[in-house]
Amino acid sequence: MVGNTSIARKVFVFINTALLIIFSLLCLLPIIHVLAISLSSSTAASAGEVSFWPVEFNLISYSFVLKKTEFWRSLIVTFKRVILGVTVNMILTIITAYPLSKDKKDFRARMVYVWIFVFTMLFSGGLIPTYMVVRSLGLLDKIWALILPGALPVFNVVLLLNFFRSLPREIEESALIDGASHWKILWLIYVPISLPAIATLIVFSIVGHWNSWFDGMIYMNNASKYPLQTYLQTLVVQPSSQIMTKATAEMLRHISERTVKSAQIFIGAIPVLMVYPFLQKYFMTGIVLGSVKE
Amino acid sequence: MLNAKLKREFPLHLMLIPGLIIVFIFSYGPMFGLIMAFQNFDPAAGFLKSVWVGLDNFKYILTLEDTRQVLWNTVYISSMKIVVETIASIVFALMLNEVSHKWFKKSVQTIVYFPYFLSWIILGSILRDVLSADGIVNKFLGIFHIHPIMFLGDNKIFPFVLVLTEAWQVLGFGAIVYLAALTSISPTLYEAAVIDGANRWQQTLHITLPGMKSTIVLMVTLSLGNILNAGFDQIFVLYNPLVYQSGDVIDTWVYRMGLVSAQYSIGAAVGLFRSVVSFILISLSYYLAYKFADYQIF
Repeated sequence: MVGNTSIARKVFVFINTALLIIFSLLCLLPIIHVLAISLSSSTAASAGEVSFWPVEFNLISYSFVLKKTEFWRSLIVTFKRVILGVTVNMILTIITAYPLSKDKKDFRARMVYVWIFVFTMLFSGGLIPTYMVVRSLGLLDKIWALILPGALPVFNVVLLLNFFRSLPREIEESALIDGASHWKILWLIYVPISLPAIATLIVFSIVGHWNSWFDGMIYMNNASKYPLQTYLQTLVVQPSSQIMTKATAEMLRHISERTVKSAQIFIGAIPVLMVYPFLQKYFMTGIVLGSVKE
Repeated sequence: MLNAKLKREFPLHLMLIPGLIIVFIFSYGPMFGLIMAFQNFDPAAGFLKSVWVGLDNFKYILTLEDTRQVLWNTVYISSMKIVVETIASIVFALMLNEVSHKWFKKSVQTIVYFPYFLSWIILGSILRDVLSADGIVNKFLGIFHIHPIMFLGDNKIFPFVLVLTEAWQVLGFGAIVYLAALTSISPTLYEAAVIDGANRWQQTLHITLPGMKSTIVLMVTLSLGNILNAGFDQIFVLYNPLVYQSGDVIDTWVYRMGLVSAQYSIGAAVGLFRSVVSFILISLSYYLAYKFADYQIF
């Protein structure tokens, strides 16, 4: 853009830059603070000496967390739900989006089906009846309770079907002339050329399953079935003195409820940190995806 | 000819079956289950055999003192969130747009988007730590001789803490849509304005903001459908009995009454009310968005 370099402009640029830096720090510093606490000794942490750099650096909080069976158990539940959940989500999203992306003349019942799915975005039975349905199906305490109720993310179906509709129709028509079935057209043509869109949905699905905690809390009566975020929730919302009973006097010099909690919180955020570069690359596409129209 | 068409369409119907099964069980099933709002629901008897009580649950809810407070809290908190987040996102997008160094813009974006992807469990425990009485925020304020503030324990402040912390989480993400709107404004408009002697502020006022108007209207309209959704995850992680008076919203109330205290029918009745009002608002917002911004979801 054309810029004039008057003094007023310089002052503006300076203030603008400063505000943006301050705001970035506001997003960054709380996370760094928790990381610093997790790496500090309990005495330094409780004395309030820790700000953004560890004091009396040690990794004992982390080794304490990594020795906890509850932590590993919940991590395994989370891995299971991410793998199963993302697979189910993606297969269902793809096979549902494909028929719905057809034109009315090729698939006359299209609008009926679209409304059946879209209506669930407008109206919902709410928490209690949903819980009762899951309960009456005997899914409580089973991993499927975390996967099946959200198995078909309708919003993602809408995103993908709009993407499918933006693809040139000639591709499908030539495949049809060659005698390809819908099944083949979908998996051998549509899916390969939609990979960027599908990758976006996969990344969203991974983060969604990783971050979910409420379903684990209500559908799992047995705490040993909790996924990681639900387990972390019990530490945050219902603090207990679990460490005091398990740690030796020697360890208590280095760790406290607060340092161990901070360590677990940070570990809970690591996978999101790891997929974040991909997320950032794809979520812009994801948002643009939503606005793609034929 | 007709047969060939049916044969061609048949696999399409087949592909939809798994999705339909899931939606019928887990979306339409609970909608049918809403009849429990008119029953004295007994899990052992199920939806069909529980005792029918008509509107008794609704009458009971109206006698509760909490009802009005909870409803008010929900609308108050969520409308404040809509206003603050919309303005903050727009301002943030405008500020980013003024940055000429590409790497600086990118770094700011990378950092500011990040909280959006963390669960409220993680964000909540970070906030509970930094906002506690001896947390780092109060320690910072202490430098200026400000007495420790009970951010999460004071009914006067708690709703604002909810609004500001959610804005903190989503504003980078919310700005993406507005940044996209900014890039679609034609540069020739700015060039013409410069020739006419308009300064940056006048350009923002007369070109940038009008250029974003349709996007702003669209986003606000769509957020209206969420007015009864004040953010369950966030509130659940941050609230405590001290601030129920100002922070308890429909969703947290339904959870505590309906599931924790096992008053299933009462919870479902409140849920039914919420779903019906939301349905009207969401439908209306989609209709308005379609009418005024030509927005279509499918």
